[in-house]
Amino acid sequence: QVLLSKNYEKALEEIDENLIYWPRFIRHKCKQRFTKITQYLIRIRKLTLKRQRKLVPLRRKIERRENRREEKALIAAQLDNAIEKELLERLKQDTYGDIYNFPIHAFDKALQQQDAESESESEAEREEDDDDEDVAKREFVEAEDSELSDFEDMDKLETSSEEEQEEEEEVEKKALHSKSKGKTPLKGPARRKRPHIEIEYEEETEPSTKTKAA
Amino acid sequence: AGEGSGTMPGDGTGSPAPERVLFPPTFSVSEIKNKQRRHFMFLRWKQQQRKEKLALKKKRKKEREALGDKAPPKAVPKTIENQRVYDETTVDPNDEEVAFDEATDEFAPYFNRQTVPKILITTSDRPRGRTVRFCEQLATVIPNSHVYYRRGLALKRIIPQCIARDFTDLIVINEDRKIPNGLVLSHLPDGPTAHFRMSSVRLRKEIKRKGKEPTEHVPEVILNNFTTRLGHSIGRMFAALFPHDPQFIGRQVATFHNQRDYIFFRFHRYIFKSEKKVGIQELGPRFTLKLRSLQKGTFDSKFGEYEWIHKRREMDTSRRKFHL
Repeated sequence: QVLLSKNYEKALEEIDENLIYWPRFIRHKCKQRFTKITQYLIRIRKLTLKRQRKLVPLRRKIERRENRREEKALIAAQLDNAIEKELLERLKQDTYGDIYNFPIHAFDKALQQQDAESESESEAEREEDDDDEDVAKREFVEAEDSELSDFEDMDKLETSSEEEQEEEEEVEKKALHSKSKGKTPLKGPARRKRPHIEIEYEEETEPSTKTKAA
Repeated sequence: AGEGSGTMPGDGTGSPAPERVLFPPTFSVSEIKNKQRRHFMFLRWKQQQRKEKLALKKKRKKEREALGDKAPPKAVPKTIENQRVYDETTVDPNDEEVAFDEATDEFAPYFNRQTVPKILITTSDRPRGRTVRFCEQLATVIPNSHVYYRRGLALKRIIPQCIARDFTDLIVINEDRKIPNGLVLSHLPDGPTAHFRMSSVRLRKEIKRKGKEPTEHVPEVILNNFTTRLGHSIGRMFAALFPHDPQFIGRQVATFHNQRDYIFFRFHRYIFKSEKKVGIQELGPRFTLKLRSLQKGTFDSKFGEYEWIHKRREMDTSRRKFHL
């Protein structure tokens, strides 16, 4: 074995010298092989300096198991329900402050307290409460953003029903209102126009019939 | 005895009509050597079991109805969540030690409102179209985030530059065969690094909905079901991505829901239809994450100090044991 020099050109010459009586073709092939080897050694050295990508083999069984478990976990999670529950919790705990005008359950609580007292007194108080709350609501409505137009409509409904000053009709109206919302399931901002129109229709007919009855 | 037809094969004892056969008491279906016959007998046995089960159910239901009000309450069905192996590191809400830890860990400046999150999203080398689009959508979901291409830059060199430019978090989305499959989330000024396996990534156009795109409002954050100590720290990591004051006008909510060690990310727009009803509409990308490892310092695969690694042989032994 002959150790070739580190210098590329000198090594080529050494190949020629050592294989002096061999045919030309074989000497050429030797030199080609030598060139190939040096080039790939250079490439190895360059690559080890750069970032190496580590290949981690996927284990088929484990992948399948994890995918299956993920599906089951997704079903068990019931994400939509969980998110809705959480949002309603936050609404109840008043994290949204005054943006959403759902004073209903506060109203109901006040009513329940007053039901314990005599009825006539409570009715008078309720009327006053109505007035106060709706006045406050009306003020708030004007300052509100247009994005919450749905809630504005609800407020308008409440103010119109306040004229009758009967709690039952309010509840009916609210039920109707929620039904009207239920007819076209809200599909987000894109579809807001349709429920909006329906609500206006309801508003026009309802008060007129009521005034006729009165 | 010609047993070519599979419809009425004889049984093990060889008598022609299976109904009138008497098996020795220790006979089981698995002792028949002939596969066809064995299969037939097994199916028959299964049918019998099912019939018995149904009959039992009916009987129980009748008894329940007969008892009426005095019937015992219905048993709660066992679920994996019910049967979960109790984890010692479950966080008690009133735990002082945990509260003290949280006041002094790396997220304290965020939770004390001293820092505003600023996030850098990048990918592994040469991202393909899907990953790029996913990065862009993620950038719209997370406020104050920037996407940068990684042109062969080493993470270890990127990190000091990020810290210099005041980034608080770094997200690297790893890609394999044209789909994103890994996520590295690193809290920058010397914070923990979490490595996740990402699966079932859905881009916005693949989600069935008819909504618009997420607006620029700061979304709310919901973190569900992070019970153990480890889960708690991961939850805080996710919370640290979003600015503190959500703009309720935008009505957007980003949810990280942990179920059985899989973290599902969803981005919704909500609207309160009434006091007891809320409608949600999904916009934005969705993906699921599974935690692979949590490292104490910033990203360093060789010399880092691992707080938690998922070791398959030790941790995957029980179906009812979860770590998050």
